[in-house]
Amino acid sequence: MVKFFENLRAKVRNGARISDVEALELFQSNDLLAIGELAALANRRQNGDRVYFNVNRHINYSNICVNRCTFCAFCKGEGDAGSYTLALNDVLAKAAEAAAAGATEIHMVGGLHPDLPFDFYLEMLASIKADNPALHIKAFTAVEIDYFARITGQSVEAVIDELKKAGLESLPGGGAEIFAEEVREQICPEKISGKRWLEVTEKVHRAGLKSNATMLFGHLESHEDRIDHLGRLRRLQDRTGGFQSFIPLAFQPDNTRVPGAKGVGGVDALKTLAISRVYLDNFRHVKAYWVMLGLKIAQVALAFGVNDLDGTVVEEKIGHDAGADSPQAMSKEQIVELIRKAGRIPVERDTLYRELRVY
Amino acid sequence: MLERIAGKISRGAGINRAEALRLLTETDLLAVGRLADGIRRKRHPHNRVTFVVDRNVNYSNVCVSKCKFCAFYRNDGDADAYLLDSEAIHGKIRELVEHGGTQLLMQGGLHPTLTIDWFEELFRGIKARFPQVQIHSLSPAEVIHVARLSGLPMPECLKRLRAAGLDSVPGGGAEVLVDEVRREISPNKIGWRDWAGVMEEAHAQGMRTTATMMFGSKETPADIVEHLFRVREIQEKTGGFTAFIPWTFQPSNTELGGTTATGVEYLKVLALSRIVLDNVENIQASWVTQGAGMAQVALFFGANDLGGTMLEENVVAAAGCSFRMSIEEIIDLARGGGFIPAKRNTLYEILEEY
Repeated sequence: MVKFFENLRAKVRNGARISDVEALELFQSNDLLAIGELAALANRRQNGDRVYFNVNRHINYSNICVNRCTFCAFCKGEGDAGSYTLALNDVLAKAAEAAAAGATEIHMVGGLHPDLPFDFYLEMLASIKADNPALHIKAFTAVEIDYFARITGQSVEAVIDELKKAGLESLPGGGAEIFAEEVREQICPEKISGKRWLEVTEKVHRAGLKSNATMLFGHLESHEDRIDHLGRLRRLQDRTGGFQSFIPLAFQPDNTRVPGAKGVGGVDALKTLAISRVYLDNFRHVKAYWVMLGLKIAQVALAFGVNDLDGTVVEEKIGHDAGADSPQAMSKEQIVELIRKAGRIPVERDTLYRELRVY
Repeated sequence: MLERIAGKISRGAGINRAEALRLLTETDLLAVGRLADGIRRKRHPHNRVTFVVDRNVNYSNVCVSKCKFCAFYRNDGDADAYLLDSEAIHGKIRELVEHGGTQLLMQGGLHPTLTIDWFEELFRGIKARFPQVQIHSLSPAEVIHVARLSGLPMPECLKRLRAAGLDSVPGGGAEVLVDEVRREISPNKIGWRDWAGVMEEAHAQGMRTTATMMFGSKETPADIVEHLFRVREIQEKTGGFTAFIPWTFQPSNTELGGTTATGVEYLKVLALSRIVLDNVENIQASWVTQGAGMAQVALFFGANDLGGTMLEENVVAAAGCSFRMSIEEIIDLARGGGFIPAKRNTLYEILEEY
């Protein structure tokens, strides 16, 4: 085992890739600290001591969704108690509030709504942008893009083009869940396949938009499934270079319908973040999404190869509906403090990772 | 620097205060974790992670100490002030026994009128009904308070409590064992020497105790280091501490308010505890203040014990922190970290492996 880690350290130091077999061995290892050291080394090569965050706001414009993913506690059917769709004015009010509070980004995702026309989304983008030209709009997953293509009968390329013209500037990377077909069939049978997610994302990148990539872990998937997921992302990134950050999302089991799933332990969360950092050598950033991980583990993750703490968020609904016990929002000062107390340099960034301010 | 410290540790030599301070303030989290994990694995090579099935019974929330970090205490006469009668306490212990519990952690406040007779009667009544339960109760501050109220010297008070059924003393109320800090956060509570005095006396009488530290309020890193060395020095004299338990101040609903230690700071202090307290067998992770996820990670930063399952916990919950865990969840937590879960008693004797 000592030799194994020595070899991997040499690989990381030389910028060489680790294989799927090596990644599996890392997942099977109990040496959490050695895995963390490897990831810290990989991260330091790319990012030094800098840890990024942004000031953003989430707007979940609707929770009505025709997909019935079993891991999701957010979605509702049309007419269900608790279902909602925000009026355009409400969306604009939230965006204006965010801009006034110093946000540089709107993170906007919803469900696959059965009735809203494609124009609704275009108008939403264009109106936000008209009111707040400086706000970056990061919105819609590949799943939604595919859905827009289906409801309009247009090609994915045409849909992306229209969204872009209306003001869309990047994609957040959700909907990836886990690509492996067998598990995907169990947790989100109605959702587009992993293959399709990757196809749509490739088209997004080809259209000149950056995106992130996520992985939902800690439900029914095996270690092999996680590595398969990372492998497909690494290969796509080799082709497009369009991914900015990788965001492993720890599954939150409350109010969901995944049989037997218990959620993610602290050790598994850190291991998964760290192994992702080591494996995805062509991703610049690995993000600890504190909404799902909790503030403490997210901060500790900074010692395990993570270099991004996401943003101030404000009014997150999806993770919290599934029982996440993190706060609804963080102030910029709180994030800066968390990063400092981890012994690192806090850097506020914009969505495209341009540095706005070093603290 | 790190190499020299690592060398000392591998030779089994203790590190000094200056080295401890450098580990705490200038050393990378994983590097400190490595040192602590090495010591933990050497000391507990069986790969076990232990826990005790226990219940916190807070016999009263009336307390004259009024510590500024505490959200639990009430004044006598407050609408929600209470004192449990023996029947209520027996009922709670019965539930503990039904859940396979072995440890009763009974603490209250510094009550203005309860003298030693009340406690003697209570302990005797418990022992008569539940001889299998270990009474792990009354922090040093309570012992001294009861002694004063009863007009007894502290050693005599302890002797009588022990004769009535007290098995061991929990290490609460240590807060930070530096009087400058205590004056700020708990001005009416005993000073560090009194805390040490009760522990040394308990050890001399043959009782085992634990030691705690509550950090994340007003102390400096040097105060944390001082605390650890004071515990180590007591342990050198007596050998009576079974475990050390660092936890973090919980600010909600307290007079002190403000913020507390972050996750990284918790793990660093925990790891440093394992390194400095090379003469204390067990280091506890605090899932009550850190949550299950962090407690599992803590097992790689020096902790080998998960404390109690806490059928009931009121003090930390009053400060806005209410993590709960079942025995099954604790077992899962230890297994998920790659360890063998084991149920223990108060003296850290293994009762069952899972």
